[in-house]
Amino acid sequence: MSTLVSPAPAPAPQPAAAPKNYLNVAYGLKSWLLTTDHKRIAILYLVTISLMFILGGLAASLIRMELITPDGNLVEAQTYNQLFSAHGIIMVWFFLIPSIPTVMGNFVIPMMIGARDLAFPRLNLASWYIFVLGAAVVLWTILRGGVDTGWTFYPPYSTSSSYTNVIPVAAGILISGFSSILTGLNFVVTVHRMRAPGMTWFRLPLFIWSLYATSIILILATPVLAMVLLLVAVERITGFGIFDPALNGDPLLFQHLFWFYSHPAVYIMVLPAMGVVSEVFPCFARKNIFGYRFVAFASVAIAVFGFLVWGHHMFVAGQSAYAAMTFSVLSYLVAVPSAIKVFNWTATLYKGSIAFDAPMLYAIGFIAMFTMGGLTGLFLACLGLDIHVHDTYFVIAHFHFIMVGGMVMGYMSALHFWWPKMTGRKYPEGWGRLAALTIFFGFLMTFLPQFLLGYEGMPRRYYHYPPEFQVLNVMSSAGATILGAGYVLPLLYLLWSLKYGKPAGPNPWGATGLEWQTRSPPPTDNFEVTPTVTTEPYNYSQEEVPRGG
Amino acid sequence: MFAEISLFPEQASTAARRVDALLAFMLSVSTLICLLIFGLIIVFSIKYRRRPGNEHPPRIAGSNTLETIWTAIPTVVGLVMFVWGVEVYLYIVRPPQDAMEVYVVAKQWMWKIQHPEGQREINELHVPVGQPVKVTLTSEDVIHNFSVPAFRMKIDVLPNRYVQTWFQATKTGRYHLFCSQYCGVSHSGMVGTVVVMKPEQYQAWLTSHAEGSIALEGRKLFLKYQCVSCHSADSFARAPVLEGLYGHEVRLQDGRTVLADAAYIRKSIFNPDADIVAGFEPIMPSFQGQITEEELLKLIAFIKALGPGQTPKRIDQSLPPVAEPKAKQPAQPKPSQGGAPKPPARESPKPAFGAGPKPPANAGPRP
Repeated sequence: MSTLVSPAPAPAPQPAAAPKNYLNVAYGLKSWLLTTDHKRIAILYLVTISLMFILGGLAASLIRMELITPDGNLVEAQTYNQLFSAHGIIMVWFFLIPSIPTVMGNFVIPMMIGARDLAFPRLNLASWYIFVLGAAVVLWTILRGGVDTGWTFYPPYSTSSSYTNVIPVAAGILISGFSSILTGLNFVVTVHRMRAPGMTWFRLPLFIWSLYATSIILILATPVLAMVLLLVAVERITGFGIFDPALNGDPLLFQHLFWFYSHPAVYIMVLPAMGVVSEVFPCFARKNIFGYRFVAFASVAIAVFGFLVWGHHMFVAGQSAYAAMTFSVLSYLVAVPSAIKVFNWTATLYKGSIAFDAPMLYAIGFIAMFTMGGLTGLFLACLGLDIHVHDTYFVIAHFHFIMVGGMVMGYMSALHFWWPKMTGRKYPEGWGRLAALTIFFGFLMTFLPQFLLGYEGMPRRYYHYPPEFQVLNVMSSAGATILGAGYVLPLLYLLWSLKYGKPAGPNPWGATGLEWQTRSPPPTDNFEVTPTVTTEPYNYSQEEVPRGG
Repeated sequence: MFAEISLFPEQASTAARRVDALLAFMLSVSTLICLLIFGLIIVFSIKYRRRPGNEHPPRIAGSNTLETIWTAIPTVVGLVMFVWGVEVYLYIVRPPQDAMEVYVVAKQWMWKIQHPEGQREINELHVPVGQPVKVTLTSEDVIHNFSVPAFRMKIDVLPNRYVQTWFQATKTGRYHLFCSQYCGVSHSGMVGTVVVMKPEQYQAWLTSHAEGSIALEGRKLFLKYQCVSCHSADSFARAPVLEGLYGHEVRLQDGRTVLADAAYIRKSIFNPDADIVAGFEPIMPSFQGQITEEELLKLIAFIKALGPGQTPKRIDQSLPPVAEPKAKQPAQPKPSQGGAPKPPARESPKPAFGAGPKPPANAGPRP
């Protein structure tokens, strides 16, 4: 703190005033909208994506309500199609993909590696503005009816049959893609160039490894999404045949390009959550992580293999049997590094000293959901089985286990873990645990029945359905109600804690990691003195880490 | 209030047993893995929960032996799943030679089905039990998906392309047919029923719905669209003779040889300039937008059944190239499947393109 105060003995006015931190260093809208502080930008993202999560969640609620009865009777069929499209588009591109990287990554990456900010602070702010612009275009279009193509935009439906606003929504997604690319670029350069003295690659926290791998995917895959969306727009506007067979185009070309982005996008979503678990498990088990290098390289392996498995989305789409077999075997290989991670996390608990605070409950929830989601992914990678369950609720359940069960659990874990650092306040622990359990069981009740529905054959994107599917749909909708309540709880108590939470102190969890060695909330420059790193991460066993507060 | 609860789909085809056996294997392995991981987490969570005395756990860096084990085992397990999956997949995607055939045209939002003997159905497919059925599918507009959960079969139906799959029903009954690829506002209304019947009932059904074989219908179209004026198999022929063509190799002008199958015939009718047969001029106009998908299937069936000397004679007056008024009783094309009634004695070709069907629905984007 001495660095912030002038060296001359200060006169009386602010003798006992708290040292300035990034939150109270300036007030007013302008100080937020023009900030280049990575921590403030993280808060801007937090507000933005929370809003998007609420909107996407509302769409999901309407979908689940409609599906309580076999007949369509809550909304029109067209409205239903627009609802599931809006749900997918908002959740994938405006919540899941940005969530952990832009909020948690922005906030903690510089602090974890002992830097004052990201490599390009102004670019970071620009990324947020681009993201908001993309989100605004999409929301504005959705208010005018949105699209009815699903989030996958398959032509020729999207290019020649749909009457909805395909081009504006595609434009919004395209714009937000630039934000992804710039954020990824910023993270990669930061990790390469901004590490504190002594912070070698193998002393990096695994969260950094995960986000580094994520950033590589963001940079390499997102341009392909931009291409494919542009081509859809070109075909719609000019009638030039690219994907529509009636114009001598090839609809499978679209699917190849789309999944070349969208399969790695799954790893964009889940790798950061894996990084969170790799932070939270050692902290709450008071153990170093088991097999650090294996966990680190598994992230890189997932990022690389993730680019080679896109064809498993197209097993029944008309690709050749040889292509199908190739993509199937590669899909089994990409499961191996994920399995390695799960086993290493489990082994980290061995002989630990485990505390079950909310971040740990969420992290354990992540492992449970991710394991189930990953194993059912093996069902879908299995050619003979995929034919039956492809495009059914089995697929819906599978990817919600990965994305909601896994990724959102990881996000909640991160939010609770770093909340004291971000705000300087503790959230109420009892409520936190209650919400974690509510979300866990609400989620299981929502999505387990959907596996059965899918194996029974209920196709996805069905507005009405044969009556024998009703029981399972009612169970799922009931679970969704519990899940929804589980999501409302954190919104309430986290906001409450901003004013009434107990002061957290610099290191409420007794965690290692540079971000815990500075104040909560941190000063604008993160550290009064640039830290020097002398040990590997997760050094929980060797010495007692002093608890602040 | 609720319909009968069912938690497992009907097992009504030869593929279903194989798929369900594979499912049982995958489920068992997955359950074991889940029990192992969740069991360890629960045991560790109880045994090593934080309490006075264990707040300084020992440092354990890792174990290369364990890493090797839990890299190798998932790899091997994955490869077993892969191989078994391929085996079932190849069974499902490779139709047997002796299968009876059915043609399906999908459009927003219905299934149009034609049997070789000419019976046509909408959103219903009647098949006999115990006999392999090969399904050839195409779409008139967007991508659809033909899926029958009770048969564990599913295939995307693409416009401008034929895809094939097959099944062999093992149980009589009525089974859901779903469109599983999102195709627009009434996607969930694009459902039908597969009716599996005993062979004798199926024969009775065929008889009561007989309309004249699909090849015969194709023959009418062959005349209606004046195909015969060039593909005439006589001294005036300006285009290749189509007799006995199907299933044989064709030499093209550019030296390639292609197999004359359904896809080739389709391409030659919709995009005649793509593959010019050696020795002929590219004079044929495209019939895209004039001949519907269903008509195309009939034409293909006609060409498939067309034997030597069976090309109809040109019978009328109005043909542009050569007027040849010798109206004779045309030779009957003798379709392979029986049950065809006698061909109509006089088939007066209408002005060809007037009554043509509308072009496909995708006439252009409207942002």
